[in-house]
Amino acid sequence: MSDIWNVTFIIARQKGDQARYYQSFPLEINPDEYVLDGIERVWAFHDRSLTFRHACHHSTCGACGMLVNGVEKLTCITPIRSVTNDGGIVKVEPLRNFPVVSDLVVDMSRMYANLGEADFYQVGSLKNTYLPIEKELPSDETYERLVDCIECGLCISACPVALTTPTYLGPAVLAAIQHGHEFNGEIIRSLEFADTEFGAWRCHSGFECSVVCPSNVDPAWRIMDLRKRIVGYRIKKLFGKK
Amino acid sequence: MTTRPEVIVIGAGFTGCAIAHDLLLRGIGATVIDRGEIASGTSGRTHGLLHSGGRYCVNDREAAIECIDENIILRKIAKQCIEFNQGFFIALNDNDLEYAPQFEKGAQECHIPIDKIPPQKALEMEPAMNPNLLAAYLVPDGTFDPLRLALAFAAHAKKNGAKFFTYYEAEGLILDGKGNVCGVKIWDRTTDRHIEMKADLVINATGAWAGKITEFAGLDVPITPTPGIMVAYDQRLINRVVNRLCPPDDGDILLPQRRMVVIGTTSFEVEDVDYIPVFEDQVQMMRERAIELVPSVQRTHMRGAYMAARPLVGKAQSGRSLARTFKCFDHQDLHGVGGFVTITGGKATTCRIMAEKTVDVVCAKLNISAECQTKDIPLIPYYEYYSR
Repeated sequence: MSDIWNVTFIIARQKGDQARYYQSFPLEINPDEYVLDGIERVWAFHDRSLTFRHACHHSTCGACGMLVNGVEKLTCITPIRSVTNDGGIVKVEPLRNFPVVSDLVVDMSRMYANLGEADFYQVGSLKNTYLPIEKELPSDETYERLVDCIECGLCISACPVALTTPTYLGPAVLAAIQHGHEFNGEIIRSLEFADTEFGAWRCHSGFECSVVCPSNVDPAWRIMDLRKRIVGYRIKKLFGKK
Repeated sequence: MTTRPEVIVIGAGFTGCAIAHDLLLRGIGATVIDRGEIASGTSGRTHGLLHSGGRYCVNDREAAIECIDENIILRKIAKQCIEFNQGFFIALNDNDLEYAPQFEKGAQECHIPIDKIPPQKALEMEPAMNPNLLAAYLVPDGTFDPLRLALAFAAHAKKNGAKFFTYYEAEGLILDGKGNVCGVKIWDRTTDRHIEMKADLVINATGAWAGKITEFAGLDVPITPTPGIMVAYDQRLINRVVNRLCPPDDGDILLPQRRMVVIGTTSFEVEDVDYIPVFEDQVQMMRERAIELVPSVQRTHMRGAYMAARPLVGKAQSGRSLARTFKCFDHQDLHGVGGFVTITGGKATTCRIMAEKTVDVVCAKLNISAECQTKDIPLIPYYEYYSR
């Protein structure tokens, strides 16, 4: 198990108004450590000026999303072994489609502001926290659970529409609106929030969001389902019902 | 008083964020700095257990009482990030059964509500638990999301006027010429600038790193950084926390979180807590211990493994024997250095009371009489921390 690999971490650097550049850090590292461990080693032993977001180190908080060799990854649960070879490289960059604050840190305030409009809660009843397309749904309503979405932003980073349309709400927010409506079908404010050219209708069904989601949210499916909910709401409104 | 007193809090973990929240509610200005982001140190890497206090009710009653009191308060003010499904303490052998009378007595004396459940009934309630369990007690345990708990305190503080500067690393303390602390020298790691910030008082809320900050003023505090491992597996096999009915030991708590279960932990000492590697033998031991509690863990895959450094108060004992309670050091009383307070020790579950006691000390030093209000005010949504 505990062999040691020579791996070069190539890390995107950027401070203040500087242009982005890349810096290489050769590490001798156990490939069963995670990419986040490698980044933390670079900070601890090589360069204390490196900034990166992280908190829980086990995929419950969503802080450590980054691009690893060009692909969105939650770095705390991505083993080095899964993204490179002995003698290989691990290229780490900040998420796309978010403003860069410094090095690997991005500003997620816009996503959080939009999530605030979504009538979405982090804790729900057990049944409501699983995808309805999952086969065996727990029936007990009395248990609570933290929902799947950890607001890591990987889906927004991978979204081709978010890349070209900065005003697009993005998969995480639309999925949260769908999920919030699933919790409580009475809520219509958030449906109206999503029912715009920059909301549910802007999605091109690329499904990249669902591919990179590390947490079973399946945002693309939720956006498709949200469209049905919006259409249903519009029809009801047409006939004078709310 | 014409101007509001201003305090700098070093450390944006649970304690630092809860302190900022408490300070603002008592009319004191707060600026929180951290070399990382919110909860980048021990706080983020906590197990995520909202303690009932049952784990400590035999050997560490002060901590147990703090836990149950704060458990009830956090369920009220921070419901937004807590799964509250209760927990079990289960006995799996004769040694565990021998511990049961002490556990019952301890829980009663620490006013922790426990309920003895017949083994068959307990297995119906939580079918994945070890079918050979000999006794089971239901306790008011829960699970929380670490980052969002810290963010909720920070969000409320920010809304009331607290300032947060993340990636601001303290690199020295400013003294006023009479030997008192009056500010912090800071390295802004986002722009690579060095700046100074002045304040009426500085609070060191850096937990396991508290000694590094007091060193800037040549002071020593008795802290023993005591890391422990946590391992997460990729299936939610239980809905309640499952504790081993035994004195605190390695791998004695398995808890559900989102779609995972997480086992913890170990206890050892290190000098430097900036990087603590995950040791393979500890990962293996955690898996074995988790399988004892919930056998189906053997059919899961490991999802993550990480180390967190507890800040235990005390020196020269083994980590397991050090109390889990907290301590607020006023460096005026301790070392004759004014304007400087250190808070450390404690548990995530007790962060609010740690903040209350610290701000009580700060108020006394600043001649302010204001009652703590944090136990009655539900925290605003965590995501408002990010609103501009």
